[in-house]
Amino acid sequence: MAVDIKMTPPSAGEDKAWMTIDGRQVPVEGERNILEVARKAGIDIPNFCYHSELSVYGACRLCLVEVEGRGVVASCSTAPEAGMVVHTNTQRIRRLRRLTLELILADHDRECTTCVKSGACRLQELANRFGLDRVRFGERDGREPVDTSSPSLVRDPNKCILCGDCVRMCSEVQGIGAIEFAYRGSETAVVPAFDKGLGDVDCVNCGQCVQVCPTGALTVRSETERVWEAIHDPDTTVVVQMAPAVRVALGEAFGLDPGTQAAGKVVAALKSLGVDRVFDTTFAADLTAWEETHEFLRRRKEGGPLPLFTSCCPAWVRYCEQYHADLLKNLSTCRSPQQMMGSVLKRYWAPRQGLEPDRVFVVSLMPCTAKKFEAARPEFVREGCPDVDCVITTGEAAAMIREAGIDLESIPEEPFDNPLGMGSGAAVIFGTTGGVAEAVVRTVAGIVHGQDAPRVDFTPVRGHRGLKEATVDLSGGDGKGESGDRVRVAVVHGLARAGELVRAVKEGRVDYDLVEVMACPGGCVGGGGQPVGPGETRAARSRGLYRIDRRSQLHRPQDNPHIARLYREWLGEVGSHMAHEALHTRYHPHRRIEGVRATASTPAAAGAAAAGAEGDAFAAAKVPGEPLEVSVCVGTGCYLRGSHHVLRVFNRLLDERGLRDRVNLSATFCLEKCDRGVSVKVGDRLITGVGPDTAAEVFEREVSGRAAGPVETPGRRQG
Amino acid sequence: MVPAFEGRRFEKLNDIIERNGRTPSSLIPILQEVQEEYRYLPEEVLTYVATALGLPPSAVFGVATFYAQFSTEPKGRFVIKVCDGTACHVRGADTVHFAVRRAAGLEPGRKTTDDLTFTVEQVNCVGACSMAPVVTVNDRRVYGDMTQKEAAALVERLRKEAEEEPVPTEGAGDGVGTAGERAADGAGGAAG
Ligand code: SF4
Ligand code: SF4
Ligand code: FES
Ligand code: FES
Repeated sequence: MAVDIKMTPPSAGEDKAWMTIDGRQVPVEGERNILEVARKAGIDIPNFCYHSELSVYGACRLCLVEVEGRGVVASCSTAPEAGMVVHTNTQRIRRLRRLTLELILADHDRECTTCVKSGACRLQELANRFGLDRVRFGERDGREPVDTSSPSLVRDPNKCILCGDCVRMCSEVQGIGAIEFAYRGSETAVVPAFDKGLGDVDCVNCGQCVQVCPTGALTVRSETERVWEAIHDPDTTVVVQMAPAVRVALGEAFGLDPGTQAAGKVVAALKSLGVDRVFDTTFAADLTAWEETHEFLRRRKEGGPLPLFTSCCPAWVRYCEQYHADLLKNLSTCRSPQQMMGSVLKRYWAPRQGLEPDRVFVVSLMPCTAKKFEAARPEFVREGCPDVDCVITTGEAAAMIREAGIDLESIPEEPFDNPLGMGSGAAVIFGTTGGVAEAVVRTVAGIVHGQDAPRVDFTPVRGHRGLKEATVDLSGGDGKGESGDRVRVAVVHGLARAGELVRAVKEGRVDYDLVEVMACPGGCVGGGGQPVGPGETRAARSRGLYRIDRRSQLHRPQDNPHIARLYREWLGEVGSHMAHEALHTRYHPHRRIEGVRATASTPAAAGAAAAGAEGDAFAAAKVPGEPLEVSVCVGTGCYLRGSHHVLRVFNRLLDERGLRDRVNLSATFCLEKCDRGVSVKVGDRLITGVGPDTAAEVFEREVSGRAAGPVETPGRRQG
Repeated sequence: MVPAFEGRRFEKLNDIIERNGRTPSSLIPILQEVQEEYRYLPEEVLTYVATALGLPPSAVFGVATFYAQFSTEPKGRFVIKVCDGTACHVRGADTVHFAVRRAAGLEPGRKTTDDLTFTVEQVNCVGACSMAPVVTVNDRRVYGDMTQKEAAALVERLRKEAEEEPVPTEGAGDGVGTAGERAADGAGGAAG
């Protein structure tokens, strides 16, 4: 590894701090720990749990070094000091390292040959690097089941080394905490809440945990087999759409530098795999920018709801559905480019080719694991036929190309197919944080200034800083736009930061008109399905996209002739019924954890309870018919609106009205109407929008009457 | 068993949370009280606690499974603890433990019988070393100088008690009534 930092030995009078690592003088320049100083000096201290973007955990004990006068320390959690003398390769350290690796391997499923991570696994790499030739400890006994409940990821606990990288990624960067350490001692495991499947908890499928997992414990759920099957089915036309961020990353798997434009090569490779057509998702991104801009301008004219939040990122959408139901009205109703493209392909393109939509197999090639989840959403399946049949990530596509023995570097480039193979520069930058906001600003400028609109390079929202803010002046002065109007734009990436921003918006601490959110650090270029790479790699990919944009003839969606044609031939006007039906969607509040709703109010449970300690409370079982089931939602949304107070009022009124034996009152989890105030279920009726102040009134109206009257029996099993 | 989220019971849960304060640092005291109230930590209760404290449910589950004193499984009506402290250990706690498990009819790897009558656990020193080996029932009745035979007989007595009095009056996963608590105290006194 080349060291490009000049390192001169300390000379008297210089105030820089120096330390010695393996006999070399190294300056200390604000690094957090010895490990980083060593890295700067070109020494890679092995580790599993150190990530410069996450907090220091210090659990893997692989990063041990010897410090003179202090003995063995963990280099990741020891601050560098002037004059420190560090040795990274003493006999003692070498012995300890191998021992640690052996201990980890003893508890690790060592089926390397069949592991998808083989070749990219950090554990395998380190075992090789340190020449481990045997593991002195026994094999692990017993296997845990592999968790395949998630549409996007596979979790194999047998390969987890408990480094905690995923845990910190999910909670620190994404603010979710879908996975955590649980149990203790030798039972310790990293699991979703209640040891459920990842698909049944609050995971938003962003795949960032996969990006940091050093082993095969967390991997992308591969769907390459389905693509191969479709390719080899003579009756199926296989169509691929490729997202912007893929072209600047896929080459990395074949030795190209991050950020290298490889679209032409990937198109050629896909064609030689047997794919029939390869289109460019940038076409749909132009469509998204166009529709979203009009939605934005309409909301401004009609007074809201604003700010408008972008909706291209399915992990962010899911996050909102789970945590911020009251914000769903602010999410753009525009489908993501992937789904707009699916719609266009199945409903516009296929019929014009004389193809039945269900004979066209649409494959999305995406940087993203959450896109797998998005494509499977019922909103995007029409009459049993999904708009997007299958989503593969950059990594999966690279695996297919490799399997076919194609040398990406030497394959001659081929163009995308037309007419859906072209997008503007504004669409290309959808792949990086800031890109969607910039695309909208360009589109607005195009609308305001018409033909004379200048090139817009909206640099304030570029780069990988956490939060980017900017104000645009829309005053075109020609009377066409909202003259003198200012648009306040905010851009965030990473859901933890997005969560902070949402709270600030809700509390009125900040005021924006347009907010772009991408769940992954750096935006789609840092997607969970991309080749693994540090922050610098992600930044290089973003720069690659801006380079493509700079060279593009088409600057904004208005410049894309095929977009105009699509409206002419198919959609009609912006905002037409067809556009609405094919390009827009709706969002639904969603509970965070599956399987904990209404567990309390089943007749069977009530019956069992009748024989229990509080039997008198359930004497209702002796009354003819069944007691009325009343449950109050105490899920997050309702809780925050005071559902526990509603329950308290109901409890009091039950006693006051003497209705205890006619009503089974219980709390329940999210009824998925979180955006409307506290939800209450009475029998089979769902009442929303109840508040602590209206609880008594609702009780009298909905519960008292029905419970006192003849008890309804909707033919349910008697406890 | 009374559902964890039954209206009045739920109010108690809420009181516990309010009393301790809705902050993440109250998690352990809240779980402790909840465990006392429910005898275990039901999933929906943990989820609710997470909601109220603004913590991810996974984090609450992590804490609930980390400490040995918490249980995420319902416990039997009789929780039999076999002391395995040093004194008890050297005086044959293992064979007593084995005898209790066999008499209770526990399958390997299980701690609680399917009918929720017995939970059998091995614990650290209960502080009655002079009577080693020691067995406790529901933390109230203490039995010393146990042998395999006496252990089996104890389990049988408890079983009979359960049969004669099907409504649990103490220490059970579903026992919440205060009357039950009093009965338990009485029984404990008599046995001790
Ligand atoms: S995919 Fe994202 S949300 Fe899900 S566990 Fe991984 S990091 Fe957390
Ligand atoms: S799943 Fe992977 S990242 Fe998470 S603790 Fe296990 S080995 Fe580490
Ligand atoms: S990197 Fe230091 S302990 Fe894991
Ligand atoms: S929290 Fe979702 S409906 Fe109550």
